[in-house]
Amino acid sequence: MADETLDAKGLNCPLPILKAKKALAGMDNGKQLEILATDPGSVKDFEAFCRTTGNKMIEHDMDGSVYRFIIERVA
Amino acid sequence: MAEADLPNGKSMTIIVTKGTLDWAYPPFILATTAAAMDVNVTMFFTFYGLSLLKKKLDLTVNPLGNTAMEMPMMGGHMKMPNIIGMLPGMTGMATSMMKDMIKKKGVASIEDLREAAQLSDVNLIACQMTMDLFEYKNTDMLDGIEYAGAATYMEKALTSDINLYI
Repeated sequence: MADETLDAKGLNCPLPILKAKKALAGMDNGKQLEILATDPGSVKDFEAFCRTTGNKMIEHDMDGSVYRFIIERVA
Repeated sequence: MAEADLPNGKSMTIIVTKGTLDWAYPPFILATTAAAMDVNVTMFFTFYGLSLLKKKLDLTVNPLGNTAMEMPMMGGHMKMPNIIGMLPGMTGMATSMMKDMIKKKGVASIEDLREAAQLSDVNLIACQMTMDLFEYKNTDMLDGIEYAGAATYMEKALTSDINLYI
């Protein structure tokens, strides 16, 4: 179960990343953020975001047309 | 945020030379995304790009000479030949079509991206020479930006990992 949820559905690049960064910045290390998005580019983008920032992608899946990511704040 | 605070220690500069609505997107998208990925970002606004730092933005898309531009229309895509693009009112029409699409597709406005850039400590530098050349006043421009010249840009660019010219 994630600690916080960010609804980024309907938003296009780069808004899901910018909002996720802002949400993670307000969380403590080790806490998990759930992100819901409809931007098909967000799959690759959140993977790249995590690799670059050191935050950890815990899981991601798809429910209908909604992508769901769980990212743990590491840095 | 000081560079030392950023875990990956990377930095990027972008020279922004164009001030139309369409050309404003690439620099602001890259700058805000890089800042979100802990990159220290500097944007240097010169010539027509300088107008993107004005307090009040009035950005347009000009179809004239923009021959690769296609607008989605009635299930297809419409190109705009120069002979049509030069007609009075076409810039206004292209601009309002683009703004409609931006809103409908959940794309951020330039105003929003610019604010996000400021909130994430992107360094915004206005070219002082262009300020003088085009007779802009500091009071026309956003608060909290820097005014400097080519040497300031070069110093930053020489130590950056990525330098772009847009």
